[in-house]
Amino acid sequence: MSELSELYQQVILDHNKKPRNFRKLETANHKAEGYNPLCGDQLTVYLSLENDAVRDIAFEGSGCAISKAAASMMTQAVKGKSKQEAEKLFTEFHRMVTGELNEELEANSLGNLRIFAGVRDFPVRVKCASLPWHTMLAALQNKGTISTE
Amino acid sequence: MGATEMTMTGEKTLTGTSRAAAPSNGWDVERIRTDFPVLHQTVNGKPLVYLDNGASSQVPQVVIDRGSIYLEQEHSNIHRGVHYLSQRATTAYEGAREKVKRFINAREAKECIFVRGATEGINLVMHGYGRKFIGAGDEIIISAMEHHANIVPWQMLCEEKDAHLRVIPMNDAGELLLDEYDALLNGRTKFVAVTHVSNALGTVNPVKEMIAQAHKYGVPVLIDGAQSAPHMPVDVQDLDCDFYAFSGHKMYAPTGSGIVYGKAEILERMNPFQGGGDMIKSVTFEKTTYAGLPNKFEAGTPAIASQIGLGAAIDYLNSIGREQAAVHEHELLRYATERVSAIERVRIIGTARDKASVLSFVIDDIHPHDIGTILDQEGIAVRAGHHCAQPVMQRFNVPATARASFAFYNTKEEVDILASTIEKVIEIFS
Repeated sequence: MSELSELYQQVILDHNKKPRNFRKLETANHKAEGYNPLCGDQLTVYLSLENDAVRDIAFEGSGCAISKAAASMMTQAVKGKSKQEAEKLFTEFHRMVTGELNEELEANSLGNLRIFAGVRDFPVRVKCASLPWHTMLAALQNKGTISTE
Repeated sequence: MGATEMTMTGEKTLTGTSRAAAPSNGWDVERIRTDFPVLHQTVNGKPLVYLDNGASSQVPQVVIDRGSIYLEQEHSNIHRGVHYLSQRATTAYEGAREKVKRFINAREAKECIFVRGATEGINLVMHGYGRKFIGAGDEIIISAMEHHANIVPWQMLCEEKDAHLRVIPMNDAGELLLDEYDALLNGRTKFVAVTHVSNALGTVNPVKEMIAQAHKYGVPVLIDGAQSAPHMPVDVQDLDCDFYAFSGHKMYAPTGSGIVYGKAEILERMNPFQGGGDMIKSVTFEKTTYAGLPNKFEAGTPAIASQIGLGAAIDYLNSIGREQAAVHEHELLRYATERVSAIERVRIIGTARDKASVLSFVIDDIHPHDIGTILDQEGIAVRAGHHCAQPVMQRFNVPATARASFAFYNTKEEVDILASTIEKVIEIFS
């Protein structure tokens, strides 16, 4: 099951079990909801934006291990970043999981998010990993509710 | 896998899984499996364990061949041609309708309308019967365990006509509360639509009794037979249902095939579903008159090859012995339920006394999506999601379930593989 261990690595399983920043953010001034109607993953991303930077970020919701771990690690990566940096991270992450970006060869700022590279071998699960990111982007850009379909 | 092996009697068989124990109750599942070419492949390096029959079933070689022969030798458009091929095609198509009639014991073949599946069949009834006979203030009864195909058309009708949907509740085992059903029936009830077997829970409903109850109020009943026709004999006269819909692709026939049965006297009174060629008697720009049964409900060129395939699938089912097939399937479900419910942290969703084919389950803290992906890595095909039955998921307070659904070509060994892989899933997540 070596491909499976690419997808369900210890780090991902850990973030699923103990998701970071998993709470409602009372000081949020931006928020968005994301929903994958095919499998029932749903989450809310809360942002506290100050001077175009993400001062704080948190999420709530229910979903599969991939979506929960992706959300957890997303909040860690985005916290403290500027709006532009967060949007750049979104593009790089999205390109990585859809197989467009080779995270080993092409320069990027993904850091430990590269652990989700394995998702591109599981096309059905790409939406699980990218849903939190789409939701975060929607929160940044004040888009309200988004759906993968 | 897929090696050729010798059986004890010296016959060669192709096996996709490890050699089975001696066949029980006379059901030679290994021989049956050789009829289904798709089963003999590996997925992610493991033998395919196909447990997603509730979503769609596999097709035996004879049915594939029948469809190919049609396209190779017989094809032409049906019904109006004077030439030889058109007559051959029409004979084959109408011959399939005759087979369906016998399969469900309809009184006449013209009561069997070809559609592309149960969903289309139910929509046909909603448009042809519902929109003509149901009005403001009327009530339509459905059950809490319906597939969206037997919910949404009625919701659309209720919205259009300002009618009301009433829902028969179920208990925690997934059994309909028949007292509540009795209480829902009243003078305003104009239609009942109920599933024979639940695709999410596996519950077999006592539809014969429910039909009789509705008929006391003069209320017609539609039965969604998508999950029953593949697994048990259906006698529409014995059930006395007014409509019965089922899908060919769930009973070993090609996609695009299916039937909605209706009693002739009801079908005669209904409006057509789609307008176009074949469903008319005469057309002028001033007035058009409609054809008789069944053509009134079959506008345009049908999926001829697929419906002929449905006829061939019926022949195949009759040839293998449906009673023994059902006994084997029941044993599979019983064994699977026993093995899977013994695993800690696993909860079976749908524990009715009377069930068919379906084993839905959840695991504490592990999302069905993750279960399904890990099972898939071991070659096991199950469905993870809401199974087009979101109200059922809400009733049982789960976002989704993982569902294994069995057919007569599944084996006990496949159940063992399912159970041990579920244990592996739990291990990975602990």
